[in-house]
Amino acid sequence: MSLLRIENLTHHFGGLRAVKDYNLVLEPGQIRGLIGPNGAGKTTVFNLITGVYRPTEGRILFEGRDITGMRPHRIAALGISRTFQNMQLWRHMTVLEHVKVAQYSQITYGLVGAFFGTARRRWEEAEIERKAYSLLEMVGVARWADQVVTNLPYGVQRRVEMARALATEPKVLLLDEPTAGMNPEELKEMIDIIRQVHDRLGMSIFLIEHRMRVVMELCEVVQTLNFGEVIAEGTPDEVRADPAVIEAYLGREVEVVA
Amino acid sequence: MNVFLQSVVNALQWGSFYALIALGYSMVYSVLMLFNFAHGDIFMVGAYVGLFVSTALVGLGASGVLALPNWLILVLTIILAAILTSFVGMLVERVGYRPLRKAPRASAALTGLMIGIILQTGNLALLGARRRSFPTLIETTTFEFAGVTVTNTKIVIVLVSILLMIALHQFVRRTKWGMAMRAMAYDFVVVPLMGVPINTIAALTFGLGSALAAVAGILFGLAYPVLEPYMGILVGWKAFVAAILGGRGSVLGAGLAGFLLGFIEIFVALLFPSTFRDLIAFSIVIVILTFRPHGFFGEAYSARLRL
Repeated sequence: MSLLRIENLTHHFGGLRAVKDYNLVLEPGQIRGLIGPNGAGKTTVFNLITGVYRPTEGRILFEGRDITGMRPHRIAALGISRTFQNMQLWRHMTVLEHVKVAQYSQITYGLVGAFFGTARRRWEEAEIERKAYSLLEMVGVARWADQVVTNLPYGVQRRVEMARALATEPKVLLLDEPTAGMNPEELKEMIDIIRQVHDRLGMSIFLIEHRMRVVMELCEVVQTLNFGEVIAEGTPDEVRADPAVIEAYLGREVEVVA
Repeated sequence: MNVFLQSVVNALQWGSFYALIALGYSMVYSVLMLFNFAHGDIFMVGAYVGLFVSTALVGLGASGVLALPNWLILVLTIILAAILTSFVGMLVERVGYRPLRKAPRASAALTGLMIGIILQTGNLALLGARRRSFPTLIETTTFEFAGVTVTNTKIVIVLVSILLMIALHQFVRRTKWGMAMRAMAYDFVVVPLMGVPINTIAALTFGLGSALAAVAGILFGLAYPVLEPYMGILVGWKAFVAAILGGRGSVLGAGLAGFLLGFIEIFVALLFPSTFRDLIAFSIVIVILTFRPHGFFGEAYSARLRL
């Protein structure tokens, strides 16, 4: 059984059709890519999967269960997590707090425990902290744990966002342009981190990218979206050679190849 | 000197009321970006709920069913009234504010004012205009130090307020709900995607703020045992002023500003005729805001829940 299955997904914003008849099959442990020009509807697909938008038509199945129209926090608790194209961190909270908040749905102590410091709360808090630090180490930001995120360099903030997404214990991780705005050095580090996270935690990853290099290095299968429709699907090499894809990028194939 | 110290004691008592109520304004503002203008009336509701709970408990003793010592009645009254009033607050959020979460802020403010009037007039319609007196739960004992008289009631009021403020501070800083509240101060989009049920957190925020207002209502009833449906209006506005003065969204600021306002009022009344009290006190607040438009702990365009 595939982990995430999307059938005939369509979404309209008012009269505008942002996504049309979109299908996806994501297998456990797979890394998939979603590329396409600006405004093609890539982020809308993520917003539909995570419940930010309710699709006009179609179904989304996660582990065989229909999650279409489910509330975002329920979907997150089931095991779908994501990062954002333009980072959405809570500027004045610390790195550690970001990762702790994202463990919300796994924390079970009650209000009584919160006020009176029960043994269970202490045990759970130690566990939360231990897990938080191990994630921060995995993405290489543990030494900034007690820093407020707004003071940190851009590349570090990107990694904090990744750690926060991982803290929800996702089975599917959606990465929305994880390398946006990065220099070649940071880009390489991010690719390594994604690969390492995938190897160690083994979840499926579905990522939106602009840079072909990232897709080439990481993805087994790539879909190309244009005006809300999939125009090509295959291995990165196949997709890159597809005339429809080249045309969609309108002579920007130099950048696509780069 | 004695007059001065006496005024400090009185200012601490009034500051306690303002601070406890201001915390509710501030928390709700930082989490939901709205001022719950019905909050002063929630304080009134809390005082009445406390009145009924304590009267019932005293009645149980009088009829010989269950005679409890007064201190225990007070503790039970505070706990039960806080819980019951928190349900009132959550109901206000569910019915009044949740449907308007994406509406213009002015509509939400208007709703708050309307809910306040509904609570006042609802009380009037249900219970009548007769003033009600709060049972005496603490036999007043007066202590004298160096010519300053302090009643045990005042000590209880100040201690309970400070304890609750510390508890709230710990709650916001350390628990998963507190951290979720602080995260919600930034956005309503990412927070649910990280598995946090924002409607639950919104309800909890209202519930906590209302519980604190209820405690303030009961403490008020201990000090000034005459309750009437409009008792929340002026106290509520002053607590609102304290929340703004402290810096929107700052728990610490709201608490400190509540006490500051208590001091300003009491000392104005000490130096000028008491009819000048609010006139001069609010003028001072305007001057402070002119120089610190974001309050003591506030920052420009930021409403995050700080510690």
